[in-house]
Amino acid sequence: MYKKILLAADGSDHSKRAAEHAITMAKCQEGSKIFIVYAVDGDSSKSDVLSNWNSANINDKRKERLKDIEAQARESGVQFEIKILHGEPGPAIVEFTNKNQFDVAVIGSRGLNSLQELMLGSVSHKVAKRANCPVMIVK
Amino acid sequence: MEDMTYSESWFGNIKGDILSGLVVAIALIPEAIAFSIIAGVDPMVGLYASFTISVVIAFVGGRPGMISAATGAMALLFVDLVARHGLEYLLAATILTGVLQILFGVFKLARYMKFIPRSVMVGFVNALAILIFTSQLGVFAGATWHVYLLAAVTLAIIYLFPYITKAVPSTLIAIVFMTGIAIFMNIGVMTVGDMGNLSQTLPIFLLPDIPLTLETIGIILPYSLALALVGLLESLLTATIVDDMTDSESNKDTESKGQGIANVVTGFFGGMAGCAMIGQSVINVKSGGSRRLSALVAGVFLMLLIVMFGDIVVQIPMAVLAGVMIMVSISTFDWNSIRTLHLLPKTDAIVMVVTVLTVIFTHNLAIGVFTGILLSAIFFVSKISQVEVTSTMVDNTRVYKLRGELFFASVTELMKKFDYKEEVDSVELNLSRSHLWDDSAVAAIDKIVNKFEENGIKVLVTGMNEESSELSAKLANKLGSH
Repeated sequence: MYKKILLAADGSDHSKRAAEHAITMAKCQEGSKIFIVYAVDGDSSKSDVLSNWNSANINDKRKERLKDIEAQARESGVQFEIKILHGEPGPAIVEFTNKNQFDVAVIGSRGLNSLQELMLGSVSHKVAKRANCPVMIVK
Repeated sequence: MEDMTYSESWFGNIKGDILSGLVVAIALIPEAIAFSIIAGVDPMVGLYASFTISVVIAFVGGRPGMISAATGAMALLFVDLVARHGLEYLLAATILTGVLQILFGVFKLARYMKFIPRSVMVGFVNALAILIFTSQLGVFAGATWHVYLLAAVTLAIIYLFPYITKAVPSTLIAIVFMTGIAIFMNIGVMTVGDMGNLSQTLPIFLLPDIPLTLETIGIILPYSLALALVGLLESLLTATIVDDMTDSESNKDTESKGQGIANVVTGFFGGMAGCAMIGQSVINVKSGGSRRLSALVAGVFLMLLIVMFGDIVVQIPMAVLAGVMIMVSISTFDWNSIRTLHLLPKTDAIVMVVTVLTVIFTHNLAIGVFTGILLSAIFFVSKISQVEVTSTMVDNTRVYKLRGELFFASVTELMKKFDYKEEVDSVELNLSRSHLWDDSAVAAIDKIVNKFEENGIKVLVTGMNEESSELSAKLANKLGSH
């Protein structure tokens, strides 16, 4: 039933727990695939570009933040792909989800940037409200 | 994303670009005015610059979606020039800056920007933020409580209004509301109008009124060099950020040339030198802008607003402007660098802090950047100049294994690592894990060999790699033995 799974991740503990659930779901069915999605907003772009000024590929560093999750996925043997989105996390994840017709979206209840969530509202709520597929919020 | 055609780079995102351009135009006005005041020129000089730079860059820039205008980084560099020689010299320096930047672009030097160490870039951004902040403190010197209150409420609106709605930029709400209050209650605080002339006319083409002599060039050249460097540094940093935000590539050499052309045009139209702006470009992309049209709309709408509402703009209290600029400085600062400072190698952290401190003491971003580069070069040299020497005894032969780079900075220490008087038949210098880089290295090996031989010990040099042997052979005849 859940063959195409979106996992919103930013390397936070909540997103690691969400990853466990996404992997369990993927294991239930042969041929399932998890899309690990990491959204980078404008302000993070600025600090990431600065802190990676001399490195060849800025996205390598970003993928490193997801390395625990990547390791989890690799060990479990499920198919997965990492995708880096640009823009405000909530809308960016919603847009990606709705454009690519996922069967389910899995997301942690809080991300790394709790201050920003206080200002702009929680990403998980935005996704739950506006994604056109079932959404699992992992506490 | 593939390369887009020029027409796509203009009209690929019309609705998003027009809306974001309008937002940016409004956000540009307080900054253009504040940076003019920092530089000691009429607000009009910054506003004209923001208009012409935005519009010209829209056509000739290399990074669609990036916003360039009058900036603090540049304004801080010509404070002295304006104070000593006046506006006309600033305009001439602006044109010369543009010419230098065009040359930089023509010779495709943008790739060398990557040689600037990360910690210097971070120091640059942080120093800029601190200078923007401190430049606003003058507004509060000896001021009444009204001034503090106006600035505080302005900041509160800017940061809290987004909770209510994000449909209208909170900075605009803060400026309009606070200016309204100041006018209505007739508080009588200093306003933008008190700081200089703000005419509601379009800029016109003029040649700077200066004598075209070598002496003039001598005056403006140091400023233009610093401006060209700082302008390109901030522009190429901003371009890389916009590249990342929009997940697309851009041509940094085209951008360098574009910045140059924009500054040349700006100088002739009575504007001060500018460059790309990180904050405004982030606002532009966040508001949905990504193509050239957004910069054009921003520039044209800014001029339109000044022509239509100039008499209201002059009534903005300086305290309100200071509030806005404090927000600008807070968002310019790279807070992430403070959070991660303790994780960095100590030398990186020192370079960052020294860059910031140099800028704060000299008020000159260019000097700060050079100091930072120099310091990291020194750290780098001292790091790689450590040569490790291990030794073993094989059949009454002492075998020294050298590991590391042999060059001018490493040889002095190296010489001390051998026991020249040991009672052995022969010595082997194994260079298979090291590299000879210059004449000092060759001379040092020679000298070591000689010192052993003076004590009657035979020396065998082994394992020299090809490049080192070639260098050694080439220099052998020229360096004469000791």
